[in-house]
Amino acid sequence: MEEIAFRRDERKEIYPTIENFYKFCGMGKLMAVRCSRCGRLVLPPRPMCPECYSTDLGWIQLSGRGRLETYSEVYVPPKNFASKSPYIIGIVRLAEGVALPGQIIVDRGEKAEVGMELRVDFESAPAEGWPQWPRYFFRPVDRK
Amino acid sequence: MSGRALAAIISAGLSKFGKLEGLSSREIFLSAAKEAFDRCPNLNPKKDIKSLFIGQMSESSEHQGHTGALIADWLGLNPIPSVRLESACASSGAALRAGVQAIMSGLVETVMVGGVEKMTHLSTFDATEYLALSSDNFLEQWHGFTFPALFALIARAHMLKYKTREEQLAAVAVKNHKNGSKNPKAHIQKEITIEQALNSRIIASPLRLFDCSLISDGASCLILTKPEVAKRYTDEPVYIVGTGQASDTIGLYERDDLTSLNSIAMAAREAYRMADVGPDDLDVAEVHDCFTIAEIISYEMLGLCGKGEGGTFIESGQTEMDGKIPVNTSGGLKSKGHPVGATGTAQAYEIYLQLTGQAGKRQVEGAEIGLTQNLGGHGSTSIVHIFKRNI
Repeated sequence: MEEIAFRRDERKEIYPTIENFYKFCGMGKLMAVRCSRCGRLVLPPRPMCPECYSTDLGWIQLSGRGRLETYSEVYVPPKNFASKSPYIIGIVRLAEGVALPGQIIVDRGEKAEVGMELRVDFESAPAEGWPQWPRYFFRPVDRK
Repeated sequence: MSGRALAAIISAGLSKFGKLEGLSSREIFLSAAKEAFDRCPNLNPKKDIKSLFIGQMSESSEHQGHTGALIADWLGLNPIPSVRLESACASSGAALRAGVQAIMSGLVETVMVGGVEKMTHLSTFDATEYLALSSDNFLEQWHGFTFPALFALIARAHMLKYKTREEQLAAVAVKNHKNGSKNPKAHIQKEITIEQALNSRIIASPLRLFDCSLISDGASCLILTKPEVAKRYTDEPVYIVGTGQASDTIGLYERDDLTSLNSIAMAAREAYRMADVGPDDLDVAEVHDCFTIAEIISYEMLGLCGKGEGGTFIESGQTEMDGKIPVNTSGGLKSKGHPVGATGTAQAYEIYLQLTGQAGKRQVEGAEIGLTQNLGGHGSTSIVHIFKRNI
């Protein structure tokens, strides 16, 4: 795998920033941070715990599994998403209890449903503009 | 400070709302200011106005920043201090609150507050991105979340949990267009039918075109002064007796309950307490119907009805012109229009007209107490003000 340059803190730890969160996505990992002092799970990662103001936060990998809490099919998109319209966006409650917004990619003919089980997946970085972050998205868990 | 006047409105102005071709923000603001100056002959703007607070969401639409200084200059009010306040669609609600605070601090006696936005020249793409600025860029916009889509997520959650129906959402649009048809300054002065609303195209499911407010140009302003001196300027001031503001997460996904907009309830609690007024005391209210679902949740958060009852409350007719508490007599953001930075003080303008008996065909007879509720983003900011005719 290509070497990824993370921004690091003075202890050489990977700094809990949004960009580093997306850099992990580029490695196929959905990551959060946990506050070492109060135990709060923080997603997206922040450099300072919003609960106890500790800056001692450690990265942990999430399962990437969750359930769809609510969704919408978008027919009037922003320019960058025009070619994908209509597409589905939603809020996914992850197994760890925290939630993430994201696109829900379903097979043709398949419908989104509140409560459906989803798993995270990742796309490669877009070519132009800022930021150049690889997006995560969600797919239905394969049903047997 | 329960129940005392914090500041007094001695005059108010509103531009026409709509597609104001050939006019830029500065000129649109002047038309609102001219009305406010003409309405109050005892006011000498150059002598009396000591500070300006101007709400505007984004400098990107006209590539013009520094709107505070710009408006002071174009009003011929230099060298008084002037600032632009930005809190997304609650920018001029924030300007109003800043003006009240300035007067309460004792630093100044008389101020002008207002807001302006120029939006109709933007393409649909650009307007979509403009409005999305108020959500979480890196987590929401980055994944293609538009503003209608964010409120669609709220609407779906509310519909699932409380069995709120599309017809109830549409009823908000029908009511507000009925009111707006009587407002000569409204962007679209036309009634609509429930069938039209229900058959309009989907923007972000479950929200349709007629669930969305309008993209408009417009400006609004108020002249505020210390309550003790208000009668020097006018026999009919309107008193501001409560102000409340609260913040919530910048990302919708961080909230435990997607069917509430808690910042509204928090801001309302502060304002009600300060005013010593409750929801049952209100005669008229202007609420932030950026989307129909927002008006329904606003009823619940303001305590006009119980949690989850917003859908049945609109159907009950109690918020119609002849109901117990007429809501959005101006036509609201849906019909009057939503030049985002102008909306907060435009709501206060309508309440000012109502409490001074100047609302014409949409007058609520004998209105004494009014409320405005201004929302920034998907509830990341809420600002509530309470107004009284008599103190």
